[in-house]
Amino acid sequence: MNQAFETVSLRINGKTVAVPVPAGRRLSQVLRDDLGMIGTKVGCDAGDCGACTVLLDGAPVCACLTPVGQVGGRAIQTVEGLTDHPLQASFLRHGAAQCGICTPGMLMAGVALLETNPTPTRAEAEDALGGVLCRCTGYAKIIDAIVDHGKTPSGNAPASGRAVGAAIERLDGVPKVSGTEIYGADHTPDGTLLVRVLRAPGAPMAFQFGDLHGWAATHGVMVFTADDIPGENCYGAIPPFADQPALAIAHARLQGEAIALIAGETSRVEALDLDGFPVTWTPMPDGPVHTARPDDTLITGRVLRGDAQTALDDAEHVADVSVATPYVEHAYIEPEAGVAWMEGDTLVIQACTQAPVMDRDDTAKVLGLPPEHVRIIPAAAGGGFGSKLDLSLQPLIGLVTLKTGQPARMVYTRSESMASTTKRHPARMTARAGIDADGRLTGMEFDGDFNTGAYASWGPTVSGRVPVHASGPYYVPHYKAEARAIHSFLPSSGAFRGFGVPQAAIAQEKLFDRLATACDMDRLAFRRLNALQDGQSTPCGQVLQGVGISACLEALAPHWQDALDRAEAANNPGSIIRHGVGVASCWYGCGNTALPNPSTIRLGLTPDGQIILHQGATDIGQGANTVVAQICADALGLAVDRFTLIGPDTAITPDCGKTSASRQTYVTGKAALLAGQALRAQILSLSNMGPDATLSLENDRLVVSDARASRTILLSDMLPDANGYALAAEETYDPPTTPLDENGQGAPYAVYGYGAQIAELAVDTELGTVKVTKITAAHDLGRVINPLLAEGQVQGGIAQGLGMALMEEFIPGRTENLHDYLIPTTGDMPEIETIFVEVPDPEGPLGAKGLGEHVLIPTAPAILNAIRHATGAEITQLPALPHRVLAAIRAAQG
Amino acid sequence: MAPYHRPETLDDALTLLARTQARVAAGCTDLFPATERPSLTGPVLDVTAIPTLRGIQRDEDFIRIGATTTWTDVIGADLPPAFDMLKEAAREVGSAQIQNAGTIAGNLCNASPAADGVPCLLALDAEVELTSVRGRRCLPLSAFITGVRETVCAADELVTAVLVPATATRGQSRFLKLGARKYLVISIAMVAVRLDTTAGQIANAAIAVGACSAVATRLPKLETALIGQALDPGIVSRVTEPSVADALNPIDDIRADATYRTIAATHLIRRALSTLVPNTTGAAA
Repeated sequence: MNQAFETVSLRINGKTVAVPVPAGRRLSQVLRDDLGMIGTKVGCDAGDCGACTVLLDGAPVCACLTPVGQVGGRAIQTVEGLTDHPLQASFLRHGAAQCGICTPGMLMAGVALLETNPTPTRAEAEDALGGVLCRCTGYAKIIDAIVDHGKTPSGNAPASGRAVGAAIERLDGVPKVSGTEIYGADHTPDGTLLVRVLRAPGAPMAFQFGDLHGWAATHGVMVFTADDIPGENCYGAIPPFADQPALAIAHARLQGEAIALIAGETSRVEALDLDGFPVTWTPMPDGPVHTARPDDTLITGRVLRGDAQTALDDAEHVADVSVATPYVEHAYIEPEAGVAWMEGDTLVIQACTQAPVMDRDDTAKVLGLPPEHVRIIPAAAGGGFGSKLDLSLQPLIGLVTLKTGQPARMVYTRSESMASTTKRHPARMTARAGIDADGRLTGMEFDGDFNTGAYASWGPTVSGRVPVHASGPYYVPHYKAEARAIHSFLPSSGAFRGFGVPQAAIAQEKLFDRLATACDMDRLAFRRLNALQDGQSTPCGQVLQGVGISACLEALAPHWQDALDRAEAANNPGSIIRHGVGVASCWYGCGNTALPNPSTIRLGLTPDGQIILHQGATDIGQGANTVVAQICADALGLAVDRFTLIGPDTAITPDCGKTSASRQTYVTGKAALLAGQALRAQILSLSNMGPDATLSLENDRLVVSDARASRTILLSDMLPDANGYALAAEETYDPPTTPLDENGQGAPYAVYGYGAQIAELAVDTELGTVKVTKITAAHDLGRVINPLLAEGQVQGGIAQGLGMALMEEFIPGRTENLHDYLIPTTGDMPEIETIFVEVPDPEGPLGAKGLGEHVLIPTAPAILNAIRHATGAEITQLPALPHRVLAAIRAAQG
Repeated sequence: MAPYHRPETLDDALTLLARTQARVAAGCTDLFPATERPSLTGPVLDVTAIPTLRGIQRDEDFIRIGATTTWTDVIGADLPPAFDMLKEAAREVGSAQIQNAGTIAGNLCNASPAADGVPCLLALDAEVELTSVRGRRCLPLSAFITGVRETVCAADELVTAVLVPATATRGQSRFLKLGARKYLVISIAMVAVRLDTTAGQIANAAIAVGACSAVATRLPKLETALIGQALDPGIVSRVTEPSVADALNPIDDIRADATYRTIAATHLIRRALSTLVPNTTGAAA
């Protein structure tokens, strides 16, 4: 075998296929691009994530590291070869797939294990799956699914009226475990151009192009720059602060910024060496990142209530804290990807996203199109966690398609994804708080600089949310908090699960541990004493009802004592391993901060008797497709398994806003509740039946019955509306909030969620390593819509919080891969015990509150507080890497 | 598109290598991560189809580990306890996926300061067998790797085996790796310790530390200090920070600072030693 191209004969899932490819080509690429077997996913092309795991003669390997020339004649198994494998059903039953991008790799690694060991222990399963990263689940349910794979499937779907509260499997799960889900990189229409991006090697740097036409002609490709952009080359998540070009003009503000596009026939573009691209780079002196913001301050957020200074002066005890947190990378396993094509005069973009309508409007703006000439079809998102709220490749592939009329696709490399997309804001925070002689909080001050990077993105949201939330869910009568979003020539900081609140909670919860120590009070008791109560004012002066923090802390109380006892029992004098326990709380306002964010749900019955739910809340793995449908089903009164979902395609589904701010269960869920109720009311009215009547649907016959009568509506006899529905309802819900005044006083959110977590861990005092052994998490959901999915959210949030506490630190230009940037693996997760608390919210649908971001917030501070409890070490710079922990232990020992 | 060669005999491989000076590929677990391209850029000489290069053989003088022996092969091989550390290291190389593809020789030729196999092979007095059309030579591993990503392997040479002399196959051994997470992790520090004891006394000691200098290194002074000592729990007191620091030249990087690495290496050596003391389980790693 010494030819560049020859026909390689492959035995895949028992079938032999011949494919003419170079022998040095990655097997992953051959499977996906050359054979169209898109079930095998690519997350890193470096063996760091394991998403592309396939079996070679039964043994798991990374397809991205396997040259196809090595596999001729060997047995290759991919996810497409699993047909009704019990592990697939087990994954569904256990909620082991959230976004689903790691699922094929997990399944293949799991199948390999079960072949040799049909009854693995949890430890054996963790070991076998240690080479596949998951960013959504925290692994617990994946390991559950492996060890429990042999059990028979659970019962039927819940009857009508019984969906809410039922632990049903996710409604969109089957494609995720079958390898048929279509993510951004998985759809390639015929004749699609491949697009690559030329990116800035550093920043700030000016650039000048050379002979682009000549270079393009020589290489047989097309080149596009900012000069080709027909619209306004400036976008941003928050329109008044829009400052980001789709392609940079004359100078780059961050390393990795896009400056030019290269498009052409796939093999030609793939093979291009961009080192010779005609561009000259010149370093620029530092200066304001944006001339319109001369001091680099994007915005300052502030909340003032009472007189914090005097309260602190008069306090019995005062404590202070200062702490710094780094850039944190979302590290979803799916790098950004998508494809664009024209349908008539409409530009269609099918890409990963959390915010389809925002994508549509900003892409239209950049490309000079009316919004209705842009259609966004969200591809399945392989994780998002906030970063996929921002545009990435949408205007870029859109530009190429618009200019050429041809489909255009782009798949970011792992390093491109990590270099060019948003991060969690690095923060430098100080905080002080005081208590009276009884241990009651009297006042608090918080001050934070949040590095917002080169472009505004969600910096204004972070600087707004942080001062509102920096008190934690506690009653603080006198309060002063300020957070500034400061520009730098570094990656843009944007939205990441919690919008700055997780950072602020680290400062606040560390501070409260010190206050508890100062007044010699048990740390949980201190928090229970100060927990916000119904009828008390938040620092914004908002008086809340349905406040669940006390219920969460109360639920933790017995676990707290057990954990303290366990640590004490384990702490042998003189042992180098020290055990500790920490606790921290969270609260988080659901939805936009003091701004409208409506959701609209359309629900229709077709003449042939299908129930169609236009579910516009983008499901990035968190479960909106299932939860919103559960709420709607019970409101309508038909079984949830009868529902057919239509996703957030901007051409056919009303806007449900963005998947952010833990708003979808609450806001879209409420719209779904209202739509279900409205359609039910129509049906009852048409049939002249009372509110207690039950509905049933048999083909086109909608039967409405109660104890006295039964009436039938023949749907096929009804004149369909403009959308083709015999009966339909559409309802909009927007949270009632009020704007904040100059002191941050007002009602920024209509619904808050609450939670608290206990971390138990062991610190190796010689090496500074930390092993978290257990997290007990109590979260107030108001009403649990789906306990299976909710538990998955808790476990996944804890995994991200643990990563933030112990290992995650994005260093621009240095950690743009998944072996230098570490996220937790199967072996790093503790046992997690989840406790759901239901304190109904008066506004939320059926009392429900948001959960998605809350779950991450308490984890890192609980871990840091446990490290302090175990060793006395005060971690002031995250993450708590072993060398930092050891230095802090030595500092504490004096 | 440059050619991709996959010969089935060593002679063919060596002839091709002499003629083309192609890049040698085996498990590709380092070659592919070094590029974002969909294919390896060539010319490439893939040596994984040569049956004689894979597997472990034993004769009077050496245990011979073929160049393309994978980490999974090592884990499953019948080897004396002196190789326990190599098996332990093999289980900590990346993940099962990496262990199924990655090879012993690839680990050496990639010459990463954090190569998991190197400290163990140093502590096994391993020699590297290099073969070319010009002939065959053997070098101590310590002379083979000369710096970060640097070896003395000439462009026409192929690493064909790693040889462990019979004298080094005696004793008990332990490998400990410290990283910031459990799987798929690059070492902050790692140690390999092999002790040969006679009547409760250390007759021979081999100690190597990785990820704490440009090239993993043996600690000859410390080894000398241990020889003749009783292998009892008190042995760890012979391992002091200065005695470890002396042999290392650790760096500050994103994973840890230099001071920490010396401390960590010291504790890891102590722990590895204490796990080899009879009838003790040693400190938790």
